[in-house]
Amino acid sequence: MRIDVNAFVGAYPWRRVPGTSPVELLAAMDRVGIDEAWVSHLPSVFWRDPAEGNGWLTAAFADEPRLRPVPAVHPALRHWQDELDRARHARAPAVRADPTWYGLPPAGTAMRELAAACGERGLPLMMAVRLEDGRQRHPNDRADELPAHAVRALVRSHPAVRIVVTHAERSFIEEVHFGSTPEEAARIWWDVSWVWGPPEDHLQTLLGTIGPGRFLFGTGQPLRIPETAVARLDLLDISPAHRGLIEAGNARALAAG
Amino acid sequence: MLIDVHAHFLHDRGPRNDWRERNASRLEAGRRVGITWHVSSVLGSWGATSPTYFPSPADLDHANEVQRELQRRHPGCIRGYVTVNPNYTTHALAEIARGAAAGMIGVKLAASRRSDDPLLDPVCRAAAEHAFPVLHHIWQHRSREYPGQEASDAEELGALADRHPDVNFLLAHIGGGGDWLHSLHAVRDRANVYVDLSGSGVDGGMLEACIAAVGTDRLLWGCDLTIDTGWAKLRYLERLLGAADLDRIRWRNAAAIFPPGSFPEPT
Repeated sequence: MRIDVNAFVGAYPWRRVPGTSPVELLAAMDRVGIDEAWVSHLPSVFWRDPAEGNGWLTAAFADEPRLRPVPAVHPALRHWQDELDRARHARAPAVRADPTWYGLPPAGTAMRELAAACGERGLPLMMAVRLEDGRQRHPNDRADELPAHAVRALVRSHPAVRIVVTHAERSFIEEVHFGSTPEEAARIWWDVSWVWGPPEDHLQTLLGTIGPGRFLFGTGQPLRIPETAVARLDLLDISPAHRGLIEAGNARALAAG
Repeated sequence: MLIDVHAHFLHDRGPRNDWRERNASRLEAGRRVGITWHVSSVLGSWGATSPTYFPSPADLDHANEVQRELQRRHPGCIRGYVTVNPNYTTHALAEIARGAAAGMIGVKLAASRRSDDPLLDPVCRAAAEHAFPVLHHIWQHRSREYPGQEASDAEELGALADRHPDVNFLLAHIGGGGDWLHSLHAVRDRANVYVDLSGSGVDGGMLEACIAAVGTDRLLWGCDLTIDTGWAKLRYLERLLGAADLDRIRWRNAAAIFPPGSFPEPT
């Protein structure tokens, strides 16, 4: 069993990306042996109201149990709480917010309120540190990357909030994990899409220092080829049990609440 | 056969005390992936006593000797580039000659001098004498100056390649950061520039764009700092290409541009 918690559908505004339809996503999942994907609507990350993509997302996946929608929530727009209720009814495993693309302070009042509301409803909150390597972004793609301090602040906003951070590198993960209490750190999960493998062995190191319970299989596809996350795990010295946690067990437990 | 045209090893005079572990990790990961030959370079002292991208002659003496020792210690899986700093012409030419005499097979240029600068011409002439290809560090679309390096982009490498049609150039790490589409436009019609697929970048659509730009005849497989991303690209290409095209990228193109006999079949 393999669950990709970090997948997208829809066009990317800054370059041509192949394979952005649900059908193509399913084909890519078959290619690399992914059973289930948690999928965000890529175009709406950049919209004024990112929740406008949620209806399409849930409708498109209504008859496809392998694709689970991750609706977006803009917590500075009136009635944003309604999106959380819709997300629960749409069997969403998480909701997402990308504050720097929305033009919001990433640890400001609106985001803290969103984190608290997610905690109250038992919905994990997903955030991406980045979508592309900062060195290659389009000259007009200028939103800041998600800063580590924002994750530390948001996890403190409510005792039940659970946060999934995608596209984070080793130093970001270490800064947040060891900058949080053990209880706070236990409510944060990290996908492996941006953590380097050998010869640097960043992921192997993190599994030793932080433990396999905090990590999720994630690819960032179709912006990035999903083969990478699989190859990264294939190069680890890891027990089948721990690999199973990363590939599916942690995600299942997270979605189950 | 599988040739990684862009590898690096560390050593005892660099800033990292885990250099042995990193070198061992590269070789072990290479075994798992099936890498037959690591074609590697050592960039001076990696910043310990001169900057990584501006290595001093003294640091390069040691670095190239480390590279030669690696090749002697692992004759069945490591080949070496001679790393030079073109700001020190006499030293660079002497190092290339010394490296050639010791069985090294290419020249590595980092980012010590912009690639279209005339100071690179004597280095390229020396490379031609030994039938060495030149692996040049590239910032994909350098839109400004970056600290710590005098980086070049594909247009600037292309200008050098145009002046030296008898030398083959490897445009380093197309996935190593920056606008790879800009680079592919720049090298599309430059027959002596090969695209090295290494780098941590694994963008969807990048491999297709590489093939569309230069065909499978001018693509070279490599890893640089991340072997997992190299393996991922290889797995992706295995689904995208037939056996003949895949073999070109895995090793045949490399075998054709390095000196004859550089990559004997492993025993």
